[in-house]
Amino acid sequence: MLPELGHFALILAMLLAALQGFFGIAGPALGKDRWAAAVTPAVAGQFVMIATAMACLIASFIGNDFSVLYVAENSNSALPLFYRVSALWGAHEGSLLLWIFLLSCWTVAVAIGVARLPRQFAARVLGVLGVVSLGFLLFTLATSNPFLRLDPAAPDGRDLNPLLQDPGLAVHPPILYTGYVGFAVAFAFACAAMLEGRLDQAWARWTRPWTTSAWAFLTVGISLGSWWSYYELGWGGYWFWDPVENASFMPWLVGTALIHSLAVTDKRGLFKSWTLLLAILAFSLSLLGTFLVRSGVLQSVHSFAADPRRGIFILAFLIVMIGGSLTLYAWRAPKLKSQAGFEFGARESFLLFNNILLVIACGTVFAGEMAPMISDALGLGALSVGTPYFNPTFALSMLPLLALLAVGVHANWKRGKLGDHTRVMVITLVVAAVLAIGMIYGIYSHGKILSPVGATLGLWIILTSLVDPIDRWRRKLTLSRAVLGMAVAHIGLGLLVVSLTAVESFTEERDVAMAIGDRASLGGFDFQFRGVSPAEGANYDGQRGTVVVSRAGQQLAVMYPAKRNYWVAKTDTTEAAIEMHGGSNVFVALGEDLGAGKWSLRFQIRPLVNFVWLGAGIMALGGALAASDRRYRTAKQVAAQTAPAAAPGGATPVGAGAE
Amino acid sequence: MARFLIPLGVFVALAIVLGVAIKHSPDKENIASPLIGKPTPQFALPDLSEPSKTITTNDLKGHWYVLNVWGTWCVTCRAEHPMLLEAARQGIVPIIGLNWRDDDDEARAWLNKLGNPYALVIVDREGRTAIDLGIYKAPESFLVNPQGVIVYKQVGEITPEVWQKEFVARIKGTTAGKS
Repeated sequence: MLPELGHFALILAMLLAALQGFFGIAGPALGKDRWAAAVTPAVAGQFVMIATAMACLIASFIGNDFSVLYVAENSNSALPLFYRVSALWGAHEGSLLLWIFLLSCWTVAVAIGVARLPRQFAARVLGVLGVVSLGFLLFTLATSNPFLRLDPAAPDGRDLNPLLQDPGLAVHPPILYTGYVGFAVAFAFACAAMLEGRLDQAWARWTRPWTTSAWAFLTVGISLGSWWSYYELGWGGYWFWDPVENASFMPWLVGTALIHSLAVTDKRGLFKSWTLLLAILAFSLSLLGTFLVRSGVLQSVHSFAADPRRGIFILAFLIVMIGGSLTLYAWRAPKLKSQAGFEFGARESFLLFNNILLVIACGTVFAGEMAPMISDALGLGALSVGTPYFNPTFALSMLPLLALLAVGVHANWKRGKLGDHTRVMVITLVVAAVLAIGMIYGIYSHGKILSPVGATLGLWIILTSLVDPIDRWRRKLTLSRAVLGMAVAHIGLGLLVVSLTAVESFTEERDVAMAIGDRASLGGFDFQFRGVSPAEGANYDGQRGTVVVSRAGQQLAVMYPAKRNYWVAKTDTTEAAIEMHGGSNVFVALGEDLGAGKWSLRFQIRPLVNFVWLGAGIMALGGALAASDRRYRTAKQVAAQTAPAAAPGGATPVGAGAE
Repeated sequence: MARFLIPLGVFVALAIVLGVAIKHSPDKENIASPLIGKPTPQFALPDLSEPSKTITTNDLKGHWYVLNVWGTWCVTCRAEHPMLLEAARQGIVPIIGLNWRDDDDEARAWLNKLGNPYALVIVDREGRTAIDLGIYKAPESFLVNPQGVIVYKQVGEITPEVWQKEFVARIKGTTAGKS
């Protein structure tokens, strides 16, 4: 009964999404004010219906209802309760339902947030979100219904993909999707502005907190995925330029460009058409990512569902959404000319370069992502693009970006005078270089060509980002969350760069065949293999190795790398043992049983690898801080009262209609 | 003005590429098995109904047969089962079951309850033969000719259309050609 109820709720949600889209867009266009009034109830109703559908599917999972095909294929009665819930997004159909649910959550939040904005504009924003939701609901109901029955019911389920039976991966998709879907909000604001034919600084201020929040979620989502692949997949790496990783990374790069471009539009009323284009692009790449992962045109470990029929549907949806919004852009953007100018060396010019470099970086990832597909489509044979392409091309656009960032944070708006800050920039650069060289040659006593460059740039960014907040604090000036958030995010980036440099330069790795009692050493650590014993869990059995780690004769830890065989899904997984010692990650993975009491073992020493994720986390924290600035909340009242009010942090309140 | 059309132009080009890519997308379900045109891998596996008896590749030679990989844990196998019963009823070709990583008692109970389409069921509890056959997901079915050479592999469920087009047509096609 519950699955049918869920299915029915989903159909009602689709009808409500159609109403929301129609009234939201047609109402303001035809001047029918009362149509627009129907939009908010449609949003609320749609949310209730989608939440009902989610609850029904979760109930089927918890109750082990194997008469539901999706439950039978992705769950098992031996599965712990936590994973029976997270199994909901273990495959294609449920992932889509999650996508739709999160979009609905964002839409409700937006509906509350835009309530105080001009009515026509608010209706248009919600209308565009309604169209997005309609497309995904249609897609789900037509090609990927999670509520299909299995008759006769299966006696037990096939089990969740064992790789996904991990706390890190259980929470990774919802957070990643929250970021993906969040760019729909920026997209809706952009479309609404184009439909209105008007874009002012107030528009940018309304859009900024939404975009920054989505970006922060995406940042956390991507780093969780990276963390998971490091310690669960047991491949001993944190980023593989896998097509599915790239699919989430491209919207992140453009989203990063967008939050910077929005800052310029907000503060100076410039870059208007460019900001619109980036908003469209960020969401388009999110949709494209969904297409690439779900249509099966990509061959990847991640794309667990492949169906050409789905691909054609998503392609049609892409053509309607992206094609439609870009047509709107070609028609309306030329009218949104920016009036003001800026000098070379002003903050605007640095942010322009930031945008160009981030878009180039995204372009190189995109080219690497699409090349195999294009080559295949043109019949040029199989082409594989991997790290040897991505690493250097990506670094080529990122290194100048980092240097520009360190200088650019000191630049003023409009005026190109950087001279006042020369002293501070030189001092921070020298300190950073000394620290970097000290770290590389003092601690690790060797390095690659780019190691000093990367370490210096990372440290320079950290130091240079500290200058402004410390200065304000010493002069007892207010420090707004927007400014603080920016500094925190940049410090996170600096930390990320330093740790990436260390990991890439100083990682040591060794594969050894060992019998019980054998010793091996690597990077100053000694490892003794003590044998393998059986280890059993709720729905798997496996082997657990014991390895004693010591340094300079002193025992540091006993590590237990394991292998598991999930007996329902017939899949083996590797559970690497990872420990942190003196800033380095000691990684031990249990390989194959070589017979005669010997096992293959993989040892890795990775310095600072935890700081990669810590850095990304700090970046996301910075985003969250900036998005929560009072300026974005009080500004609405300011705009409504049209009275100049003292905004915190020295930010100037900008009236609407600055065109 | 024209420069604002550039993004749209780029997107149209991309949409065309994606459209072509979908048409050409390697259908994962039907990746040609490297075994097609090759002899069936050698195996010696126990008979499910009489575990003391061992069946080898050579015992099956001399006539057409379908080798169907299944397990009681496999949901799609259950969906496929009625089609196999129908195919067995037609009596065109014997279906040999390869019971993959399963429990003997459960497998027998399954066949008793749902009906047995198999002329013979061999048991691959360790999954060694399945590895030789390149199985990564059940059900999978192989069509083997009288010379013991694999001529077709079906990954996933055999539907009535697949049965007619890929299995029956191949068997009838060759026998008709000879007569």
